[in-house]
Amino acid sequence: MPNLVPKALRKPGKPGEGNGALSPEKLKEAPVDLVGWVDERTGASPFLTGLLFRKVPKGTNWYYTLGSATLFAFLVQAITGVFLAMFYVPSPVEAYGSITHITNDVFLGEFVRGMHKWGATTMIILIFLHMARTFFFGAYKYPRELNWVIGVVLIILTLVMGLTGYLLPFDQRSYWATIVAMNITATGPILGPYLADFLRAGAEFEATTLSRFYALHMMLVPGLIIALIGAHLYLVVKLGTTAPPWVRAESKPKSLREEKV
Amino acid sequence: MADPANNKNGGAAGGNEAPERPKPAGYFEGETMTRRAAFAVAGQAFGGVAAAGVLLPVVGFAVAPIFDRPEERWEAVGPVDAFSDDTYRQAVITLRDGIGEAGKTTVYIRRGNPSRFEGESADEFIAISTRCAHLGCPVRFVEAAGSFICPCHGGVYDFEGKVLGGPPVRPLDRFQTRVRDGQVEVGPRYSVTNSLKPVRSRDPGEFTGGIWEYLYPPRPSTPPAP
Repeated sequence: MPNLVPKALRKPGKPGEGNGALSPEKLKEAPVDLVGWVDERTGASPFLTGLLFRKVPKGTNWYYTLGSATLFAFLVQAITGVFLAMFYVPSPVEAYGSITHITNDVFLGEFVRGMHKWGATTMIILIFLHMARTFFFGAYKYPRELNWVIGVVLIILTLVMGLTGYLLPFDQRSYWATIVAMNITATGPILGPYLADFLRAGAEFEATTLSRFYALHMMLVPGLIIALIGAHLYLVVKLGTTAPPWVRAESKPKSLREEKV
Repeated sequence: MADPANNKNGGAAGGNEAPERPKPAGYFEGETMTRRAAFAVAGQAFGGVAAAGVLLPVVGFAVAPIFDRPEERWEAVGPVDAFSDDTYRQAVITLRDGIGEAGKTTVYIRRGNPSRFEGESADEFIAISTRCAHLGCPVRFVEAAGSFICPCHGGVYDFEGKVLGGPPVRPLDRFQTRVRDGQVEVGPRYSVTNSLKPVRSRDPGEFTGGIWEYLYPPRPSTPPAP
């Protein structure tokens, strides 16, 4: 079976193999495939092969997929959210009607809305499982503290997504839940009342409260989340992952003693 | 003296004169800042001004509603004779126009009862807001119990709106009332202290009176107390 991976993205040879120089045959090879053409102009293949073939510690197991699972849940939310936005109307008079229209009339509308609704819950569960894995495996320790901090900010932003998205169906439950949430915000001393006014765009539930939540839910917060996920992944690749706590380091003291003898 | 080899030789010879380096472009005698540094500062200042020119208006645009007070609304809720002083009558008023049900609220209205409550007069009208003082759920007046009860977290208020039990932090808010052409009209909302002294409207969950007036400062978006 021919190797389907383009040449530029194949696993690089191990260090020490060959003399490091390009062979004349290799130099003669002009990139004929599309990936090679792009690679010759971007020089992206060292970065990509470094990303795809990076070393992982012994003992890496299924718990290490929780971060990717959270990322996948976020992508599901992003994609279904874009398509829901095609039918949703962020106006207090029309919002509920547009949601029932999506659910009852639009082809596969109930399915896409269901994915977005249940995907939100799934993402919250996965992000906390991912956090628990990091905590119990001690993967937050030096030099990965900054990545823990970024992850905590990402959890907060995900909860903000849950809060702002909850209002959008605009039924009784979401309306009153949001009223309560904004009033909880207002109970913070000194700044709380102004913060609640900012969220509501006024002293009561205003004409622009819903569109404000909509703008936060589909533009500002997702933008921040995407930027921070980028930083999070950069640090994961840069620093590497940790071995689980039950995998011991190669017995170094023993070999030291042997050397002494 | 741009040649490094010359400099090295000079140093090795132990000469006192410092090795002379080539002058950067634009150098003049007595300059305090190199041309390069000046351009770096100017470039960053220009970028900062450009960023502020975009960000400040945008943030101001989003924050402006905090300082905006809508016009006072007065809404007629029924003729003077329709209200008694021993029970409440319900009315639905509009707080915000153009947003359908979300802009409306229920109000309980009665005539003042000087024989039962000190400080009330028979020709004034009391309008009680249904917004629970705990977290803003809608309370309901239960005739048989003579009290207001909140469905969310079990707040209970007496006939005057004072807290009887549950989590609420202050009595129920009230609306200003007046009589025009034989009709009772309901106006802006205000909050009260535990002794029913009117204060500027607060959000639910915020204490009133004493030091709390400073910890929960009045907001520009609400009208002053009557």
